[in-house]
Amino acid sequence: MNATNSAEDRPVIIRLNGVNKWYGSFHVLKDINLNVLKGERIVVCGPSGSGKSTMIRCINRLEEHQKGDIIVNDIPLTNDIKNIDIVRREVGMVFQHFNLFPHLTVLENCTLAPVWVRKMPKKEAEEIAMQYLERVKIPQQALKYPGQLSGGQQQRVAIARSLCMNPEVMLFDEPTSALDPEMIKEVLDVMIELAESGMTMICVTHEMGFAKTVANRVIFMDQGQIVEENEPNEFFHNPQNERTQLFLSQILQH
Amino acid sequence: MSAFKPLPDLPPPANTVGPIGWARSNLFNGPVNSVLTLFALYLMYLALDWFITWGLINADWFGESREACTSGGACWVFVTARITQFTYGFYPEDLIWRVDIVFALFAACLIWLMVDRSPAKGWVAAFTLFLFPFIAYFLLRGDAFGLESVDTHKWGGLMLTLIIAVVGIVASLPIGILLALGRRSDMPFIRSVCIVYIEFWRGVPLITVLFMASVMLPLFMSEGVEFDKLARAMIGVVMFQSAYMAEVVRGGLQAIPKGQYEAAQALGLSYWKMMGLIILPQALKLMIPGIVNTFIALFKDTSLVLIIGLFDLLAIVQSALNDPKWLGYSVEGYLFVGFVFWAFCFGMSRYSMRLERKLNTGHR
Ligand SMILES: Nc1ncnc2c1ncn2[C@@H]1O[C@H](COP(=O)(O)OP(=O)(O)OP(=O)(O)O)[C@@H](O)[C@H]1O
Ligand SMILES: [Mg+2]
Repeated sequence: MNATNSAEDRPVIIRLNGVNKWYGSFHVLKDINLNVLKGERIVVCGPSGSGKSTMIRCINRLEEHQKGDIIVNDIPLTNDIKNIDIVRREVGMVFQHFNLFPHLTVLENCTLAPVWVRKMPKKEAEEIAMQYLERVKIPQQALKYPGQLSGGQQQRVAIARSLCMNPEVMLFDEPTSALDPEMIKEVLDVMIELAESGMTMICVTHEMGFAKTVANRVIFMDQGQIVEENEPNEFFHNPQNERTQLFLSQILQH
Repeated sequence: MSAFKPLPDLPPPANTVGPIGWARSNLFNGPVNSVLTLFALYLMYLALDWFITWGLINADWFGESREACTSGGACWVFVTARITQFTYGFYPEDLIWRVDIVFALFAACLIWLMVDRSPAKGWVAAFTLFLFPFIAYFLLRGDAFGLESVDTHKWGGLMLTLIIAVVGIVASLPIGILLALGRRSDMPFIRSVCIVYIEFWRGVPLITVLFMASVMLPLFMSEGVEFDKLARAMIGVVMFQSAYMAEVVRGGLQAIPKGQYEAAQALGLSYWKMMGLIILPQALKLMIPGIVNTFIALFKDTSLVLIIGLFDLLAIVQSALNDPKWLGYSVEGYLFVGFVFWAFCFGMSRYSMRLERKLNTGHR
């Protein structure tokens, strides 16, 4: 499918305004400006240590930014715990290392947050969880423990777990880079399907095929800055910045 | 192109599995090991042979006084004749049924909770934790609901040992968890309070704590305020053990990967829900060996209360040994005490191993 540019009539769901962050004296994020529209799919790439994870982890306040504004769904992220809780409920996150809860079954992993955070009745939460497990194609594993699943299956459970909270936005931090090649595709397929269903997504990934298929915009980061952003076709075939060209030539080589 | 055909699975060679294989690879793998094994077996034989002849075959079991011990072996009469005292201390004999009810109720609750398939575990656990302590207190102590009062200085023997140990165990775990969480807190005030508490109580010997509780505490209290000696000892034990427990718990918390915290936060769980639903269940599972180790140490340490004049099992057996009518049976007395302590500790250890196996969900 192709990137549509009906940007104007869609609301902005995430707004990063001049965001800066330091680790001690190390300036990780420098003046990040980014608006994400509802339903938009954004792929973030860049060399290791460029601040990609840090940036998307600021969006659900796993990391705290020190300067600038982050506004998610009209709620500004400050030290106000109430706001943080609301934002986290609306923003799902999928991690590189899945981070499933190993002491709970797959089903319990999926129902935990709906039951305890959204106060959903257990029965209803289980039904919804089964729907999502079906969507990621592993309903038959519902009663197993994460330790009994393959990496690809675990990551799909992690996606289902986030979706069970019915989030407005999904963040993905290198969801396939801990997986064997055979399993990458099964996870990407789920993500593509999710993108087609209209979910707002921000994905840090080096899967350029995925970026070309689903992204509306690709963002290239280096040394804590957004160096270039463009729609995928332009980004890959006509990069403007020489840093981007170098990066692309490196990752597209193999 | 030839098709891939897997070889069939064959059973392992006979002499590498089963008891014989095990003995071969563990006990007789080489001349030195074989000699050591045989020597150890010989020593075990000597010890067992002596114990069985002396302690079981030639032993006297029942009677009224030492005159019943005539066969030259162990004189268990010393124990059996005084078993009531060893179990209940100086609790009035006609009221012992109250202690029995408490024991029976507690045992019933424990068994209920330990059996895998028993129903309504949540309710039974709540009853055991919140209602049972009051029932037990009023039954043992009396002085309410028309029950005759039995002062705590009459409590003693195994009953006292169990009461102190159970109170210590049940109270020190939650307090220890809170202290451990506090020590890892982001809030400097809470963190420092917890660190000071833990480091203070860990640095003081339990004997000192008990002395302080029994001798010094009354000095600080205003004249005429009578504070039960047993209660003071229990508070001392709980304070002391919770500091140890806190460090065990902290060790377990540190073993939980950061990703678990992040995943819980990303789902919107609050701090307490994250801790209670995600972090502590996993950490406690890792901590079972350490926790049970602490429980066992606590159980054995209860015998230190004898130095402040409480008559736990060890103290009461010791005082019985000083009875001129029974002089000379200390071996039997101490073996009995040792066996009772060992039986309880071994029970805890076995149960914890079962629990670990049950909670294993196949990760790591
Ligand atoms: N907790 C931390 N304390 C100090 N420095 C940190 C911390 N976390 C990350 N950094 C540094 O911040 C920089 C950006 O890290 P980040 O994880 O955002 O990079 P990334 O773009 O996601 O890289 P990768 O592709 O390797 O995941 C790195 O140089 C890293 O060393
Ligand atoms: Mg990263």
